[in-house]
Amino acid sequence: MSMPQARCLPTWLTTLVVAVAVFVIVTMLYARGIMTSYVYNVLQLACIAAISALGLNLVYGFNGQFSLGQIGFYAIGAYSSALITKEFTTYWSGAQFSTLSWLQAGMIGVVVILWAANRLHLRQLFSRLNKALAELRRMERTILVAVVVVLITLVLVAVGAALTWVLQLGISALLTALIPALPAAAAQSVLFFLALVTSAAFAALVAYLVGKPLLRLHSDYFGIATLGFAIVIYTILQNSDMVIATMKGARGMVEIPMWTSWPWVFGILFVLVVVMRNLVYSSHGRAIISVREDEVAARQMGINVPNAKVIAFAIGGFYAGMAGGLYAHLIGFLHPSTFDFVRGFDPLIIIVFGGLGSMTGTLVASGLFSLIIEGLRVVLPQGFEDWRFVIYPILLLAIILLRQKGLLGTHEWGWLQPPHVLLREVAVTGGNPQPPEVIP
Amino acid sequence: MRLTWLRTPLRIIAWMVYAALSLVIVYGVYRLIQFKGATYFFQALLDGLRLGFVYALIALGYTMVYGIVRLINFAHCDVFMVGAFSSYYAITSYGWGIVPAIILAMVVCIVLNIAIERMAYKPLRNAPRITALISAIGVSFFLEYFTALRFVFGADFLTYKRPFDVVVWNVLGLSISNITVIIVAVTLALLALLLYIINRTKVGKAMRATSQDATAARLMGIDIDRIITLTFGIGAALAGAAGVLYAIAFPQIWTFMGIMPGLKAFIAAVLGGIGNIAGAVLGSLLMGEIEVLTVSFVPFGSRIRDLVAFLVLIIVFLVKPTGILGEPQVEKV
Repeated sequence: MSMPQARCLPTWLTTLVVAVAVFVIVTMLYARGIMTSYVYNVLQLACIAAISALGLNLVYGFNGQFSLGQIGFYAIGAYSSALITKEFTTYWSGAQFSTLSWLQAGMIGVVVILWAANRLHLRQLFSRLNKALAELRRMERTILVAVVVVLITLVLVAVGAALTWVLQLGISALLTALIPALPAAAAQSVLFFLALVTSAAFAALVAYLVGKPLLRLHSDYFGIATLGFAIVIYTILQNSDMVIATMKGARGMVEIPMWTSWPWVFGILFVLVVVMRNLVYSSHGRAIISVREDEVAARQMGINVPNAKVIAFAIGGFYAGMAGGLYAHLIGFLHPSTFDFVRGFDPLIIIVFGGLGSMTGTLVASGLFSLIIEGLRVVLPQGFEDWRFVIYPILLLAIILLRQKGLLGTHEWGWLQPPHVLLREVAVTGGNPQPPEVIP
Repeated sequence: MRLTWLRTPLRIIAWMVYAALSLVIVYGVYRLIQFKGATYFFQALLDGLRLGFVYALIALGYTMVYGIVRLINFAHCDVFMVGAFSSYYAITSYGWGIVPAIILAMVVCIVLNIAIERMAYKPLRNAPRITALISAIGVSFFLEYFTALRFVFGADFLTYKRPFDVVVWNVLGLSISNITVIIVAVTLALLALLLYIINRTKVGKAMRATSQDATAARLMGIDIDRIITLTFGIGAALAGAAGVLYAIAFPQIWTFMGIMPGLKAFIAAVLGGIGNIAGAVLGSLLMGEIEVLTVSFVPFGSRIRDLVAFLVLIIVFLVKPTGILGEPQVEKV
């Protein structure tokens, strides 16, 4: 069989060229002063929205789990990364890494607890315990099992807490030794990177812990439960000053170092798109997509459905956390109202707008979304500023009514298209009757 | 492994744990009631009931629409807001009484909601379900921001003037105002009317049939489009009345006033089992009680009441994934 792509450029090359071109053009335009810093900021916001929406696209577009909780993970990422960097810039000596090291050590502790709970085969243990206690009455049995559960939990938590404490000392010592030794610019970059990754991982861990029980719910019920999660996070942020004074609660967190810049945002978006694409077309990705298509059939094919769901949800949380971290350091000011559940519809609108399950669509739609929201600010004449959010929903309705499957449906462009091997397999099984498109 | 020899000691341990837990719970409830006195507790219960009745009227609209078209109608809370505003103008500008004001609000809301249904949801009936949801979000934004324009309702808080004087009766140490009486009476009347329509009329039968299986109902000769329009109309009428009652109870209105009560009512509908009328009322009463009891008894209660409400929802979901009275979902192959 003749391979059509032999005659043209490989798709990864065209896509890479386009990405580099976008990056270079924006950088040049800004450096030459042609692009105002306002447009420059809007572009960064668009990329941040794209990162968050990509995560939701994995959860809803590819895995079919309707989630309204993306904004909660976004908030977690924003606030935790802001706490880390703010501590670093505020106290140049002393406990400048305590948030970072506690967060990292705490996450490792939780992961170890989860791992140990998994290794102990608790469910088997409980069913055996239940059998052994079969002679007792049901209530008595339940109470005894509950006591055992509480004891095991206490032991695990104690072990995890001890581990966390030890690790925190180690990580803190390591960071205190290494980071001040670097030149100031490098130290800042390293710390920013660490803060972003740690807070995104923290968001992912929270997503895992929240998703594990909630993902048993189906369709709209899961959506509503995640909406509840988002509102719980929002309320916690409103009252955060009761626990951590720096977070300032409803007054808004100020003086966050503004370290986000176009290379950071674009670079992270680029890496995350590459990761997402490779994930979606891997065997894990196919497992995730199969859950969307038909849960029962996927289970019959031997796919661990709860696992596929929770992995997709945690990765979605990671993306949201990363976007939140970048947002916090772009604006330099965080207020709970930014993370209101009404704002939480934005990533959902973006992915439906772009076409569910289309990465290209998500990227294009987040650009268009920011263009509409910010463009209206520029276009509307004086005295008509209030009309911005009147015209925006009208545009939204018009687009939704005209293109019911989103801008791109499930189409992809360039390197983001499914690899040819996969497409042929799908074509044989009749899943996708269209032949692979070749970009000349 | 048979633990025969351990049976008696294990039993004793189990009963001791059980007794300790029961004692703690009983003591907790006792302290809750004693904390600020029994009157305070029952007053809070009464206030919760009042709030719950208002939520019930909103929740019914959500649950009926969801039962028929499986759509979370986010615009419903803004229809509620329009109801409050239209009665505000009727009362302040034309000096209408409470009953005409409620009827006016209901009519305005019916017209508005049916128009929304025709323009924003009907074209999407055969599209993926999520597009209708996005459309609902769009309509919600539009109503909020459009009515906030200067020549419509304006973006400021308005003080709602009640069309009657507030009278407070003292019954057994509890203060019951005529606001509470009006809210409870209007809600119960509308609820009775709704139950009559749904259970005793032909249209109601058609609505029930549509919510069970729309395709089969269509095959039986039911005009689905008419039933959907009717459902939106009934939901809107209830929302309009709820808007007036809410404004009477909390006399501060602005164009974003619908969001929080709407969300709570929706959550209440889900808590009771969405698509189920009794569930919506039960969930709303629970939601009202939870909210008021949290504010009254939990430290920093007024700051964390949303948190408690949603935690309760999540816990109910974990125990019963389709709500208290919801039918369990059957997985079909």
